[in-house]
Amino acid sequence: MKLRYFAWVRERIGVAEEDVDPPAAIATVGELVAWLADKGDGYAYAFENPKVIRAAIDRSHVRADARIEGAGEIAFFPPMTGG
Amino acid sequence: MTATIRLQREAFDTGAEVAMMTRGRTDIGAVVTFTGICRADEKGEAIAALTLEHYPGMAEAEIARHVDEARARWPLLGVTVVHRHGRIAPGEDIVLVIAASSHRQAAFAAAEFLMDYLKTRAPFWKQVETVSGKIWVEAKSADDAAAERWSAPKPRREAAK
Repeated sequence: MKLRYFAWVRERIGVAEEDVDPPAAIATVGELVAWLADKGDGYAYAFENPKVIRAAIDRSHVRADARIEGAGEIAFFPPMTGG
Repeated sequence: MTATIRLQREAFDTGAEVAMMTRGRTDIGAVVTFTGICRADEKGEAIAALTLEHYPGMAEAEIARHVDEARARWPLLGVTVVHRHGRIAPGEDIVLVIAASSHRQAAFAAAEFLMDYLKTRAPFWKQVETVSGKIWVEAKSADDAAAERWSAPKPRREAAK
């Protein structure tokens, strides 16, 4: 699946997007965050406080308990500050 | 109802956007515009500019969802949302919301509703340039509270105040 990162999540990880293939046991957005946080220092820094991380599946907001099965694109980003 | 949603780097012209919406129409009795402008300070610190990052595709989709929600809540005759991205200097416009209706209440309420949701749900992120470097603007809990009140189980007119 394709992952996209924005704002300081993107900066801390060091890439704007990537393709990943998480193990089948990773079923939810929250589990994906925990799995990503183990991928390296940048990931650990980006996801050090999972509670503030917002996520979207296929361009719609989702909560941490949303299932990732069938997702084409999952995005992670900080709370939004537009307007 | 006509809805216009645009994301762009360029500056916008509020007067031209209003004229575009109302030209040739005699059913619109009220137009409310909100313009968000870049200030020269963030939390008391001077800034040289801000840069708005956004999630292309999702930003438009999310704004469209809230425009649809506004149309379901109020009898609107026109809505325009223009949100800039990229680098914006103090004094420049950032965002424009126009809501048109037969009467003022719906136009005021819809404009406020749309701005409250733009602040908290539309995927944009502001980074400011200060003397100590570039800093991501932190989300404000007051903005969350402002958006939250629209989903509180209140009668419609109450929520519109």
